[in-house]
Amino acid sequence: MREPETPSPAKIAAPPRQHLQRTALVAQVERRLFLRQSLSLGALAMLGGCDITDQDAVQSVLNAISRWNDRMQALLFNPRRLAPSYPESMVVRDFRYNSYYAYLGDEKIPHIDGASYKLELGGLIADKRPWSLERLYGLPQFSQVTRHVCVEGWSMIGKWSGPTLSSFLERVGADLTAGYVGFLCADGYYSSLDMASALHPQTILAFKFADATLPPRYGFPMKVRVPTKLGFKNPKHIMAIFVTNRFPGGFWEDRGYNWFAGT
Amino acid sequence: MMAQSAAEAPREDVQTHSAVIRVTHWLNAIALLIMIGSGWRIYNWEPILPFHFPVAITLGGEESLSEAVHNEDGLAGALQWHFAGMWLLVINFVVYLVYGFASGHFRRDFLPLGPRAVLADFLAALRLRLAHRLGRYNAVQKAAYVGVLSAMLLTVLSGLSIWKPTQFHELTWLFGGFDNARIVHFLCMSAIVLFILVHLALVILVPKTLVAMIVGKTSSPAPVQAHSSPPGAE
Repeated sequence: MREPETPSPAKIAAPPRQHLQRTALVAQVERRLFLRQSLSLGALAMLGGCDITDQDAVQSVLNAISRWNDRMQALLFNPRRLAPSYPESMVVRDFRYNSYYAYLGDEKIPHIDGASYKLELGGLIADKRPWSLERLYGLPQFSQVTRHVCVEGWSMIGKWSGPTLSSFLERVGADLTAGYVGFLCADGYYSSLDMASALHPQTILAFKFADATLPPRYGFPMKVRVPTKLGFKNPKHIMAIFVTNRFPGGFWEDRGYNWFAGT
Repeated sequence: MMAQSAAEAPREDVQTHSAVIRVTHWLNAIALLIMIGSGWRIYNWEPILPFHFPVAITLGGEESLSEAVHNEDGLAGALQWHFAGMWLLVINFVVYLVYGFASGHFRRDFLPLGPRAVLADFLAALRLRLAHRLGRYNAVQKAAYVGVLSAMLLTVLSGLSIWKPTQFHELTWLFGGFDNARIVHFLCMSAIVLFILVHLALVILVPKTLVAMIVGKTSSPAPVQAHSSPPGAE
């Protein structure tokens, strides 16, 4: 999706990001993503031989405009502008469940053991030691009552609590001048933020929804809550966080959704 | 564009639309086709009313292809079209508005506009007693054009408040919040579609208006024979 030219085998087999010192999980998940992306690129290449050359041309123009829209939104993004907050009485308790595999039913929702959970860190981060939940719970926690806006058009007000991503990134010595912060999830989902949005004061590592520990369907043990982004950029079940200058994309972003997706 | 020949007195041509009006009109037609077609597919994902638009008349690529190529069932393409088309729509609209105010086109052709004249002309139109004079609008036409331009302005503003409910949250608040802004956006789209249907019906009834919007002038008083392609394709 991100490479509008016809993908050649050489391009698909591009060397992996060297600057990223990866932990076992990060490496494993990345390998999986890499494989899936090459598969879909392969499928695209095969289809390219058929009668959709016009469609390909149109698609590359649309992709180029979407990247232009990324830049325009980055310019429009005001790092000090807060998403509106709402009174707690407006919080929807039975919050809508959504995921890329919703059609398969709930059995695919990851059930993670909190006691053995370790948040792994990778990329341009000085202290890559994994974090236990206990340690994460020890960080200063903030609550927000904000509107979750879904790309599909629905929206819901919820309450999320946890430490700010910016304080966490500072704490672990992340390179805050880098371009992106990426997230890998237990269910194969992945997404990324521009650094400015990652450092926004309302971007938090959420451990609670409506004052209760996140249930599995809302992303236990940890969800990244970014009220300045559309819902699909608020990934759940975070297993690893990495900082990079190489565009990391995202699950839906690689399937044509706009990457910046700012609200 | 072509040099205007309206000044040539011996010819009986009447200048109807300037080059700027014609170019912005057709670019707007393309932009509206893109925005409405893709908007209908986006609407289908979270309908406001208990109905869907038939996928065949929506824009966003073939769904089966989206499914096969990137495991996505047709929303991404519609969103890409919508957020590409918005640039054409807005830039073209701004050019048209600036021209309309600066050239005196709005003042000359849309004013004066009062409810009494609109009602009188509307009743005359119902009795089929309203003449269609190229280059001069009757009160019903003036009201329709001012109305559809207002609907377009509201569509753009409500669209901005849906697209950026954080960066433009004052605007979103003015529309009564995110969910209400979606309803306003939908209602304005409906008004524009209604206008387009009436507009096209009248073009079929008075085909020389189509010629006038393409070449910018019409012979007067003899009506121009229109052999061009039917406008209904729009």
